[in-house]
Amino acid sequence: MGSDVWYFDSEILTRYPGKIYRQVKELRGNLLVIDGVEDSAYDEVVYIYSRDGRERAGRVLETKIGEAIVQVLGEREGLETDILVKFTGSTFKIPVSEDIVGRIFNGRFEPIDGLPPVVSGDWREITGAPINPVAREYPHDFIQTGISVIDGMFSLVRGQKLPIFSVSGLPHNIVAAQLARQATVRGEGEEFAVVFAGVGLRSTEANFFIEQFRETGAIERMVAILNLADDPAVERLMTPRIAMTVAEYLAFDLEMHVLVIMSDMTNYCEALREISTARGEIPGRLGYPGYMYSDLASIYERAGIIKGKRGSITLFPILTMPGGDLRHPIPDLTGYITEGQIFLSQELHTRGIYPPVNVLPSLSRLMKAGIGRGKTREDHRYVADQLYDAYSRGVKARDLARIIGEVGLSERMRRFLKFADEFEKVFVNQNPEENRPIEETLDRAWQALATLPEEELVRIPREMIEKYHPKYRG
Amino acid sequence: MSGRKGYIARVSGPVVTVKGLEDVKMGEVVYVGEEELIGEVVRISSDFFIAQVYEDTSGVRPKEPVVATGKLLVAELGPGLMSRTFDGIQRPLRDIRELIGDFVQRGVKVSALPRNKKWHFKPTVGKGAKVEEGDIVGEVAETPLITHKVMVPPGIKGRISWISEGDFTVDEPIAEVEYDGRRYELKMMHEWPVRRPRPFRERLPSELPLVIGQRVIDTFFPVAKGGAAAIPGGFGTGKTVTLHKIAMYSDSQIVIYIGCGERGNEIAEMLMEFPQLVDPRSDRPIIERSIVIANTSNMPVSAREASIYMGVTMAEYYRDMGYDVTLIADSTSRWAEALREIAGRLGEMPVERGFPAYLPDKIAEFYERAGRIKTLGRPEREGSVTILGAVSPPGGDFNEPVTIHTLRFVGAMWALDTELAYRRHFPAINWLRSFSQYADTVERWWTRNVSKDFPQYRRRALRLLTIASEIEAIASVVGEGALPDDQRLILLVSEILKEGFLRQVALSGEDVFCIPRKQYLLLKMIIDFFDKAYELITKRVSVDEITKVPEIFEMMRVKEDERGIKAVEDLYRRTMKKLDELAQKYGIIYSG
Repeated sequence: MGSDVWYFDSEILTRYPGKIYRQVKELRGNLLVIDGVEDSAYDEVVYIYSRDGRERAGRVLETKIGEAIVQVLGEREGLETDILVKFTGSTFKIPVSEDIVGRIFNGRFEPIDGLPPVVSGDWREITGAPINPVAREYPHDFIQTGISVIDGMFSLVRGQKLPIFSVSGLPHNIVAAQLARQATVRGEGEEFAVVFAGVGLRSTEANFFIEQFRETGAIERMVAILNLADDPAVERLMTPRIAMTVAEYLAFDLEMHVLVIMSDMTNYCEALREISTARGEIPGRLGYPGYMYSDLASIYERAGIIKGKRGSITLFPILTMPGGDLRHPIPDLTGYITEGQIFLSQELHTRGIYPPVNVLPSLSRLMKAGIGRGKTREDHRYVADQLYDAYSRGVKARDLARIIGEVGLSERMRRFLKFADEFEKVFVNQNPEENRPIEETLDRAWQALATLPEEELVRIPREMIEKYHPKYRG
Repeated sequence: MSGRKGYIARVSGPVVTVKGLEDVKMGEVVYVGEEELIGEVVRISSDFFIAQVYEDTSGVRPKEPVVATGKLLVAELGPGLMSRTFDGIQRPLRDIRELIGDFVQRGVKVSALPRNKKWHFKPTVGKGAKVEEGDIVGEVAETPLITHKVMVPPGIKGRISWISEGDFTVDEPIAEVEYDGRRYELKMMHEWPVRRPRPFRERLPSELPLVIGQRVIDTFFPVAKGGAAAIPGGFGTGKTVTLHKIAMYSDSQIVIYIGCGERGNEIAEMLMEFPQLVDPRSDRPIIERSIVIANTSNMPVSAREASIYMGVTMAEYYRDMGYDVTLIADSTSRWAEALREIAGRLGEMPVERGFPAYLPDKIAEFYERAGRIKTLGRPEREGSVTILGAVSPPGGDFNEPVTIHTLRFVGAMWALDTELAYRRHFPAINWLRSFSQYADTVERWWTRNVSKDFPQYRRRALRLLTIASEIEAIASVVGEGALPDDQRLILLVSEILKEGFLRQVALSGEDVFCIPRKQYLLLKMIIDFFDKAYELITKRVSVDEITKVPEIFEMMRVKEDERGIKAVEDLYRRTMKKLDELAQKYGIIYSG
């Protein structure tokens, strides 16, 4: 039959080994039901060849004797029932070698920087394996980001996973780029390698990051995995996993300290919901699958430090909260997995404060191990505690003043209100190019705290007040 | 039993359909595929059965073999559990690391109890003694803190035909029991199916508090030894930190901590701290009385489901030796989600938010395994299992199935509050929403061991806080300045209570553990201050005058003073004196 010849003369058929099946029984969204498959492996990678001459990847979601259900990665337009499906016999793997550093890939780990493909005999499964909890080193090295509100109030440590919760239109990408640019561990000259996973990003956003890295020369130490907004949604499920596989290789094989930035993980979750719905699974909250927590954890928990190894993975997922709602399943489940969160606020942004970090709901769980005498400064923890306490009172006073007017406030509340203003002005606000050492950050904190009477500083021990309060330092 | 073989017919995530293998039973352990992944039978049909697999099934194919073991999912019980770390199906994680490296690969099989280690067994009964289930026949020094009692396993009785002292491994016989001509070899270890509660003689009322050292819990919302408490809260409200504190500082003899679907770094923190932290009561590192079960969020979901039962079975085992055991499950919501995921894969009909209809039963069964009991066997002894479960409600909203059903089966709730957490008021336990049904039963312990008038101070403080919250609501509309003096005093004292009593510094120093006596003295100081100040106000001393008393700020931080009780007593005297001076200045004579 003449019409059958199309697939035999294609060289791509011989590119991978494996069994080939023709004909699918059913096409349903991104899912193919293929008959007659005897023993495909769960999670096995398949390649799909259609009459239009294109190659698509896919993976097995369900397998039984005589049938396999395959999820197509890549565009589904143009698929028909008369196609060829090749079962490769193995799960999804990527080749790793030192040559991947400085490169840019798409969501299937194919180079898109015009350079040749990576050649390596070392292939890694992108799903990874969980780090044995007893092999984990508890993170404790303070990372100075040069951003006061982060360093001072939710200090981050090497090996931590700390997401940025944002809303569309806020400068989360600028904050992330500043973080990547300025992050250092003090006392060590070594710079972080950056793995950037663009998940469903618009190309302008992706270019912004790439340009930033190019300008500072960081591109030499960067690997970018880009799944853009017009790339297939299903590949978004693989993009962060590829990024983490690359990060693990850089950190635990090449002993580098790696910063992973993922933006925007909301797109990942949307893709997860899309696939889950197509499979007819029982939906959880707002239609997101019930296993979204475990699924996100299987990505985020790959960050960390392993005892006896030199490298580390520090992770910054960025996500935009749908409707700005912290209780939406995406930020909610993320917050349960990550070690804190940095919360950006529309209100502060409108008032012209950069970075517009809403301090009160932000948090770093690993802060305590990274700060204090010998690490940052002995007063750090107390100052941070006091700032939280005073600022929360100040915000409360501000809310109250909106109802009853500032004159109706007690004298004490007015003082906290004044403190809140001062705090936002001298401590939070800074320039996107400004890199403040931790000492300056803490001194600015004291400057704000000095607007309060000394006896209000109940969370700071007496001797610290006498040592660091501007009044005693002259 | 071995050699019963079938083959895989279908794989969908952790759920595997198996054919060609008949007469399996529910809960039976099977080895799935070429790699022999561990699974458990969860549904049986006439020509197939379904197993949930405790490991990642990527790469598993239809037609691969499945072997039935004939055994239910069991815990190995014997010396060698204490101070170790296991995964959700009791595989020792350190041994796994030595065997295969830093990442947990699937298909590893390591037995929970080391088979080559010799323990020194010392008999406590002699040859010829009549024994029955639960009787203690000998002892092993498991760690410097824990003496392991070797008991006759459930279902065995008879006469000891021989018993010997010496160094044995856990599966070597240490004695023999003869009954009706049949002989049974006693070993130091035995197995117990994890989903079945271990038997005991009778339940006892729980009257002793588990002293935790956190004032808001011990004083206001105590949990009794043998009770059950839930700690629900959104992320960042401090569930794990609070539970870690309890694991480290409470007066339990044994702590079993289940990290169920939570963060790996938190487990790493515990494993780092437990060997370093010294228990003040015994002067030994607390790891010697602790067991950690770590099934982190990225480890297989179905093993997460099993981890809860594994933990509570070990807890019951040590309870049967006569110990007070605290079982901490962080977080039960992840366990419930694992149930949901498996139910979904089995195609079971979901009810609320996708959870299966039997969720309340499962939760009830779990918390019912808490209790203070008289054990089987001789010598007569009592033991307890206290269960503390974290709940992680989506969006921090308690109106969801896991929280709702949990609250039906526990005796105390420590409700964590996002607002308090934002202010860094920790523990962020909301004193208006929390409850404890044990408060009345453990009151006797407080009156006997601390002070007769403790209950009265407790009630007054709670009442004051309740009234203060109502006044705060008014103040948020009219402003504090517009309130009458007595209400402003209540606000002031509630502020002192919050800062000086309820808030507790979690990290280090004096305030990390507050002994009951000091809790009482702090409370007494604040309430007595209120009474005196209130009387002054009714006699026309202005509240502003009282606010100026400098000791107020000291009351807020005396809890951290390293001189402990002495500092509180000293401050008490000075504060009262200051108020007396104030009274004198205004020519007031107290009525009381």
